[in-house]
Amino acid sequence: MTPLSPVEWAVVALSLKVSGVAIALVLPVSFGLAWLLERTRIPGKVVLDALVHLPLVLPPVVTGWLLLLAFGANGPAGRFLHDAFGITLMFRWTGAALAAAVMALPLMVRAIRLSLEGVDRRLEVVARTLGAGPWRTFFSVTLPLAMPGVLAAMVLGFARSIGEFGATITFVSNVPGETRTLPLAIYTALQVPGSEAAVTRLALISVALSLAALVASEWLTRRGKNGGRRHVL
Amino acid sequence: MSFDIDIAIHRGGKRIAARIESASRVVALFGPSGAGKTSILQMIAGLLPPESGHIVISGEVLFDSTAGIDVPPEKRACGYVFQDGRLFPHRRVRENLLYGWKLAPPERRWMALDVAVGFLGIAHLLDRMPGTLSGGEAQRVAIGRALLSGPRFLLMDEPLSSLDAARRHEIMLLIERIRDEMEIPILYVSHDRSEVERLAGTVIDVG
Repeated sequence: MTPLSPVEWAVVALSLKVSGVAIALVLPVSFGLAWLLERTRIPGKVVLDALVHLPLVLPPVVTGWLLLLAFGANGPAGRFLHDAFGITLMFRWTGAALAAAVMALPLMVRAIRLSLEGVDRRLEVVARTLGAGPWRTFFSVTLPLAMPGVLAAMVLGFARSIGEFGATITFVSNVPGETRTLPLAIYTALQVPGSEAAVTRLALISVALSLAALVASEWLTRRGKNGGRRHVL
Repeated sequence: MSFDIDIAIHRGGKRIAARIESASRVVALFGPSGAGKTSILQMIAGLLPPESGHIVISGEVLFDSTAGIDVPPEKRACGYVFQDGRLFPHRRVRENLLYGWKLAPPERRWMALDVAVGFLGIAHLLDRMPGTLSGGEAQRVAIGRALLSGPRFLLMDEPLSSLDAARRHEIMLLIERIRDEMEIPILYVSHDRSEVERLAGTVIDVG
């Protein structure tokens, strides 16, 4: 099989950039939401939980359309970003990153929530009696114990972002070099007769990336179980 | 007066109350499981707010419902030894021992790491992870961690109950030495009459 062409390499690089930015964007948000859902007693938690999970069950094209309504040129969020910061998301890779972030959000919130649930809260109590305030307790006990789960969530979210298609193509279209990520490039190649080799190459890269992410995520989860062993006596 | 405590709380429809006025070095709370002994220790440590009353230890007011005083747990300087050790699983023994020591203001650190390590006989464990320790070893480290945090008093919640007989004897000897050699009031919780009689100057019945 022939190696990747420069254009195909650019597609892979763009996909990695879009997903990397998406995860960086969505990680603090997911952690905050996971914390709210797992550790606090706020009213309307059921509704918040449902909203967080919406991108998981909605047709991605609907999520993309909703993003278009909110962040498009005439959408309230889109207009605000443009007027206040000069940022446009439409037809730009940043918009693709936002779509990927939204689609990765439910998966990441779920995974981080599970890892927080696994933290033995009695250890936080110990830290308090030893002189640590709530913040120090969080950074020295809760976060390190939840860390393998948080990393696994990041890897999982990253893999989801790499594969994102429906919301992206609806929201920011299929612009070569700007929003044409791996799945969009495969879709585009499929429309052109005689490009089976290109499709195969890109698809193989997709499979490799996804497999690597799943293995990494599984490995991190297992490691977390051993490291965070509750057995102390 | 080491302990001047009068607190009450309702949990699960049951009233849990304790009145402790004693100058003894060791005061024991004695009673069957489920009598609320641990809740009393939690109130004293600041982990559970009493509904009413006061907690004064060695002249320091930690809680007073009428005066509106409620010192947060991290400022109470209590050395809490739990039944199940509760070492931080992600930190080595040395880091567990120094966790509270580093957080204590220098003038409150009355014990140095090497002194504590020698006293407890745990020098060979310093670089181990807690998951690899036996029950007796883990409890020694837990006691060391509490002593090194510069506590003004110790709370011990059935520290022997999850150990076998031989380990129990060893840790009991250690606790007696803490009582006899260190100037620190101890509140000791147990459901074992012989432990309590051997250790404590005052025994309070709970439940």
